Amino acid sequence: MSESAATAFKPFSRQQMAQRAAADIPEGWYVNLGIGIPTLIADYVPMDREVIFHSENGVLGMGPAPEKDKIEPWLINAGKQYVTLRAGGSFCHHADSFAMIRGGHLDLCVLGAFQVADNGDIANWATSENDTAPAVGGAMDLAAGAKRLWVLMEHTTKDGTPKLVTRCTYPLTAPAAVKRVYTNLATIDVTERGFVVLGMAPGLSFEDLQARTEAKLHLPA
Amino acid sequence: MINKIVQTMADAMAGIKDGSVVLLGGFGAVGQPNALIDGLIEQGAKDLTVACNNAGVGHVGLARLMELGRVRKIICSFPRSSDPVVFETLYRAGKIELEIVPQGTLAERMRAAGAGVPAFFTATGVGTKMAVGKEHREIDGRTYILEPALKGDVGLVEAWEADRWGNLTYKQAGRNFNPIVAMASALTIVQSQHIRELGEINPDHVVTPGIFVDRVLHVPYGDPSGF
Repeated sequence: MSESAATAFKPFSRQQMAQRAAADIPEGWYVNLGIGIPTLIADYVPMDREVIFHSENGVLGMGPAPEKDKIEPWLINAGKQYVTLRAGGSFCHHADSFAMIRGGHLDLCVLGAFQVADNGDIANWATSENDTAPAVGGAMDLAAGAKRLWVLMEHTTKDGTPKLVTRCTYPLTAPAAVKRVYTNLATIDVTERGFVVLGMAPGLSFEDLQARTEAKLHLPA
Repeated sequence: MINKIVQTMADAMAGIKDGSVVLLGGFGAVGQPNALIDGLIEQGAKDLTVACNNAGVGHVGLARLMELGRVRKIICSFPRSSDPVVFETLYRAGKIELEIVPQGTLAERMRAAGAGVPAFFTATGVGTKMAVGKEHREIDGRTYILEPALKGDVGLVEAWEADRWGNLTYKQAGRNFNPIVAMASALTIVQSQHIRELGEINPDHVVTPGIFVDRVLHVPYGDPSGF
């Protein structure tokens, strides 16, 4: 990557990434947020916009984290953090919870990822073919089952290696599943043409973004 | 008179054989039948295959059962936890077999076993290493893989309320895998926080009807803690 060509720009913070994704979620959607940065999205959906959050462990209508003195020890999310239930929320068992996912009832799932390819392939569960003790959780169910899959992740690894690639080198979570990617540098749709850039961090040029991306980027038609 | 309520842990655990497939309810510490897992440790059955979402925390419960060398194989979706030291040590030493299963496939394999469905097609895992060696079929233009039902010889369940017919309710996110473990197991053993008189549980609130339950032990331990 050529740093010399780069003009000054300000990457989006994790909060801004979550905020941008939250702004694109309309009222009425049923949404599952993956562990990590995607969980932050819930903080940026105002309570009066009724978006219903689902958690794999049988919680539908999840609310924000409780105040410290109001923890309910029986109410956790899939990340095993204490949460609350909104009025109208409900509990179900694991097979019903995953029927919501696998039966195509969720409007949206947002996951983190190690890599996303420009054909929509996602790799987010193992970093080698011989992972010592791989842990998949519900990621494959969510990636294959939700009506749409968005990814929220850093644009590159800490050492600058692109995570938006032509072909995932890590084990796949699902093929051709991702519809949109929010990174700290850009918002990118996955289309039949490949990656199409919808927006960029302030001060970042298209060329700078391409330099940080393995796969070819396109401008909207 | 039908009375599935047993008075002692020994009665609850009676007859569990070496080599059994044991299904466990619970997600993290919530809804996890810890007292029954301790009872199984005491009971002594070995060469077990254990199926549950996680692979134990610290050195207690399931982790202790594994540490004692009583678990031959674990079937789970997420063998990591805040402290997975026992599983990881055994796994690296080649002393425990791991079958990793996507969480929804794990749940559906239990549900299917309970419903008399021997196997089912699912899109989860298609195009990944989970699909290697599995039967593929295209149905209405989409590719699916065949997954087998997962039947338990023994199921360990935590309930909130139970009556002597074995009707069960659960508390909040404590429901998780428990109802499908109850369905899928030949011998379903329940620990319940509360024992109710027959008819006291509103029939509209029963989540697991007693037909899926064999034994109930009263274990009023309070709230879950520690993940």
